[in-house]
Amino acid sequence: MKLDILYFAWVRERVGHSQETYETSAATVADLIAELVARDAGYAAAFADLSAICVAVDQELCDFTTPLVDCREVAFFPPMTGG
Amino acid sequence: MSARVQEAAFDFAAEVTAFQSTLTRSGAVVSFTGVVRDDTGSLDHMFIEHYPGMTHAALQKFADQAVEKFGLEKALVIHRYGRLQPGEAIMMVATAAAHRKDAFAGADYLMDYLKSRAPFWKKELSKESATWVAAKDQDEAALAAWSSESAAKES
Repeated sequence: MKLDILYFAWVRERVGHSQETYETSAATVADLIAELVARDAGYAAAFADLSAICVAVDQELCDFTTPLVDCREVAFFPPMTGG
Repeated sequence: MSARVQEAAFDFAAEVTAFQSTLTRSGAVVSFTGVVRDDTGSLDHMFIEHYPGMTHAALQKFADQAVEKFGLEKALVIHRYGRLQPGEAIMMVATAAAHRKDAFAGADYLMDYLKSRAPFWKKELSKESATWVAAKDQDEAALAAWSSESAAKES
C-alpha cells in the first residue's frame, strides 16, 4: 500500500522533511512507526517518546492501534497547541 | 456555522459587528480573541504551523458541536497561521445565544477544543532560541471536564 506521510512541528524537524510517499504493508499505525524508526536516527529521535506523538489517519485523529486499511494519508505531530 | 483559517490579520471589532448583524433570535453575544503574549520580553515573533488538509474541517466541526451542545444561534471561529508579532491577534471566537450563559459556555467549550484538538503548533522565536510551545496538562483536563459533564447529565 502506498501512503502519503506528513510530519508537523518538531516531529517534522527531527525526521528532516514534511512529507513523503511511502510503500508499506504495516497493518496498524504502531507497525508503521516501528518501520519508520528502523530507517534512521532522525525517525528514531522523532518517535523516541510516543506519549508525545499524535496521529491522524486520513485527517481524523486516531491512536496507535488504528488499522491502516485503504487509507491514503497518515500524519504525525506533537500535541496540538491552538487557541 | 463559520470557520476560517487564514494567514492575514483580521479586524476583531468588524468581525464581531458583522457576526451580530446576522442574528435574528439571540440576546447574548460573547466574543474572545487570543493575542501573542511575550512573557519574558525577549520574544521576537511567533510562528504558527498547521495541517492545511485538516484544520478547516476541525474548526468547522468544533463550531457545529458548540452550536448543537449549547443551542447557539451561531458560532464563528477564525484562526491564523504563519508569522505573528507580539500583540497580534492569533484567533477569535464569537458565539450567540438567547441568553448569556449558553453564549459564554459555548465560547469556553470552543476555546478548550481549539487549544488541544485543532491542528496548530506554536513556535516562539527569540534572538537566542526557537522553542515549540508545549501542550499543557490543564488543557487536556479542561477538555475532559466537558466529556464528564455530558456523561453526568446523561446518567
